[in-house]
Order: sequence, then structure tokens, then C-alpha cells
Amino acid sequence: MNAFAARNTKEMLRDPLNLAFGLGFPLVVLFLLSAIQANVPVELFAIEQLAPGIAVFGLSFVALFSGTLIAKDRSSSFLVRLLASPLSASSFIGGYTLPLVPMALVQCAVCLAASVPLGLSLSPRLLILLLLMLPCCLLFIGIGLLCGSLLTDKQVGGVCGALLTNLSAWLSGTWFDLDLVGGWFKSAAYLLPFAHAVDMGRAALRGDYAAIWPHLAVVLCWAVAVLAAAIFAFHHKRRSDRL
Amino acid sequence: MEAIKTAALTKRYRQALAVDRLSLTVFPGELFSLLGVNGAGKTTTIKMLCGLTAPTGGNAWLLGDSIVEHPQRAKQKLGLSPQETAVAPNLTVAENLQMMARIYGADSAQAAARTGDILCRLSLQPVQKSRAKTLSGGMQRRLSIGMALISGPQILFLDEPTLGLDVLARRRLWALIQSLKGSVTVVLTTHYMEEAQTLSDRIGIMAGGRLTAVGTPDQLMAQTGTTRFEDAFVALAAPEEVAI
Repeated sequence: MNAFAARNTKEMLRDPLNLAFGLGFPLVVLFLLSAIQANVPVELFAIEQLAPGIAVFGLSFVALFSGTLIAKDRSSSFLVRLLASPLSASSFIGGYTLPLVPMALVQCAVCLAASVPLGLSLSPRLLILLLLMLPCCLLFIGIGLLCGSLLTDKQVGGVCGALLTNLSAWLSGTWFDLDLVGGWFKSAAYLLPFAHAVDMGRAALRGDYAAIWPHLAVVLCWAVAVLAAAIFAFHHKRRSDRL
Repeated sequence: MEAIKTAALTKRYRQALAVDRLSLTVFPGELFSLLGVNGAGKTTTIKMLCGLTAPTGGNAWLLGDSIVEHPQRAKQKLGLSPQETAVAPNLTVAENLQMMARIYGADSAQAAARTGDILCRLSLQPVQKSRAKTLSGGMQRRLSIGMALISGPQILFLDEPTLGLDVLARRRLWALIQSLKGSVTVVLTTHYMEEAQTLSDRIGIMAGGRLTAVGTPDQLMAQTGTTRFEDAFVALAAPEEVAI
């Protein structure tokens, strides 16, 4: 599995678009919203509120990368070659998933590091926040694996590149306070994991550890469910000869 | 022992019978071509033999290992170069080869040694540090075959290896495939009659999921009373077209 995982790491890191969008775009948004905050102070864009939101938003690009890689492997017959090899089923899932975990965590760490000069306090709470990003990473990696198993690479671009980035932005409470809209919109947002992921991060930065657990439970449940669905979809496609 | 032996190998997709009780023998070191019009069952047959899809009936053995009872053991013996070029685009040529060697169980030193050997045999040294996506179509196919060969397979499946290549690239690949004769059992599918006639020791023709004829190109022409191999193929693969 190591050779396959190493290949996937190289494939993603050597694509300049991945680096530009994965690291560059979230940082641009972070700096932009911080500049707005500096000129027109808005509580929502205070760096303690903003940093966890941008960290979660950035993970949507990880889903895009993983989904695109798998979909391209399917469409180019590369996966057919590997399926004819003695590589085990678990090696496929592990090979696609494991390299993304450190990449996603590094992406979160870069986002938090960039937030320090913008006013975020350097404290052990940042490490706790980073640790809490782990289930979020698994959630987004699972979304990528699921989309990559079911869709073409162009469709993945649409679903993960456009839909997911917008969903994780609009429904996370990062761009605007969900209480301002309220009603069904807020209820719908809290049925999904994105707002919980951001609230969890904000609670960690506040040091309000008791508030973390309910949000963590929701994110973990979503992560497990999405990963299970992704593994099922991958193996179903494999068994039904449609990879 | 036969390199490949199939016994009533069958694949059914709901109502469609893709491969119908295929019984076939391929001998060690032989270059065997599987021909047929689109939908004849060639690719499905290759997919079953490579463990990509399970048969719905019958069995097949690769050098004695059943694809039904011991698929992992059978997979260790085969290499596959799929219909479309299947390389990792952002990896270099050498990295692609090393990755495949490692996947088949080689350690770093073995993978490096095998990579050097394949680079030399397939004349890929000049581009070994180039990323696969920057190669020409012909060189990508060459790399694709190299990736199938790096595990030292005893049986090599080449699914339309020259599809879409220009004449020169095709001729170079023919020379490469011919150089494998005798040392590796090669199963080739192609739509190019000239390619099958030039390269093959024996040819099997499939139509409607069934094997309609097997023999050398000369035997198949004699069997159909034709002087061109293409005419023999048409007579055996689509008899209703002969009158046209």
C-alpha cells in the first residue's frame, strides 16, 4: 500500500492547481476578510471566529483533490491496471485516504499559522483545534472518495469544486452568522456537519471545552457515515465492473 | 502445463450473454490474439482472466491457478496493459515503473534494479525523468507495457495496445511485442488485422460471446477459402457480411 499511497501523494502535490487552491485560496480569503475586519469591525470576522471557519472551508479543496484523483484514475484505466494487480481492497481505500490526512492537517496548520500574525493568540488551544480538525479531515476525504467513486472527474469538479465549497462556506456560519437568517436555514445548516465543525473549532479557541463535545459527536457521526458510504460505493463499483 | 486454460467460461450481465461457454487453451510463450467486432466478448474475457470481473459460469486457470478459487495467486502471474493508456501522469517514467514493482512486492533495491532493466529493454532511458503526461502517445503506450512487464509476469495481456497510434509508433510497438515472444505468454486484442497477422502465433475469433475459430492466420484463411486475412476474419466473425 505504501507505494500506492506515495504515488497518490506525489500526484496531488505535483499539481500546481492543488497547491494554489488548497493553500493559496483559503489564505487569500483569510487575509481579505481580516482586512474587512480591520476597516469595518465585525464580530464574525474576528480572527478567533474566522480562523476555524477558514480551516474547515479549506478542507473542501481536499475533497476536490481526492475526488478528482480517483475519478481520473477510473476514467484513464489506471485503476483497472491496479485492480488487476495483487493490491488488496483495503490497500485501495488506505492508499487513497491516508496520504490526504497529513496533507489536510498541514493545510489546517498553515491556515492557523497565517492567522497568528493577524492576531490569533499562540497558545496550546491551537494544538487542540488542530487535533479537532482530524475528524473534519476524514469527513472531507470521505466526501472526496465518495464523489470520486461515483462521478466523472468533470462532475467531481462541479460537485466538490463548486457545490461543496459553497455549502461548506454558506452553511458553516463563517461568512455570516446563521442566527441572522435563523429559521429553517439555520436548522438545515445544523443538520449538516459544517457549522458543527466550525463551532467546535471556535469553542476550542475560547477554551470552552464542554461545548466541543456535542459538535464533535455530530462531526464524528458524519465522518464515519460518509467514509462508510464511500467505501461501500467504491467496492460496489468495483464489483459491478463499472470502475 | 498450459499457460491459460478456460473451461466453459461464461459471463452474463442480466439478460446479455457477454461470453458464452468459452473453452480455450493458450500455450506457454505463445502470442495469441483474440479478435472480434465490438461487443464480441474480447474485453470481457480479458477482464475475467485478469480478475477484474468474476465469471458467472465455468472456470479458467493461469498456469494452474484458478481465477475463481485462487484469484490473488493468479494475479501474481499476470501483467495487464489496459485498452486506454494507464499511467500516473504526474509521476516520472522511472517512478511509474518503480511504483508497479513495489505494488507487486519488490523492495526498493529490487524495484530500482527492475526499473533499470525495463528502461533499457524498452528504450525508455532518455525519458526516464520525464513526467508521464509529457510523453507522446506512443511513448505512453510503451511505458504502459513496461509497467505491465516490470513484475516479470508469465502472462501478459495487451488490450488494443496500438489503438490510435501513428504508423511509426505502431511499428515500434510491434517490434517490442515481437521481442517478448517465447519468454512471455502474450494475449493480444486488436482491431487491426495486419497487426494480428504479423504478430500472432495463433488467433482466436470471437463473435456473439463465442469462440468461432482458432488457428494460425494461414489455417484460418485456408478454413474460409480466402486469400486475405481480413476476408477470413469477416467470414468467421460476421458471416452475414460476406455477401456485401
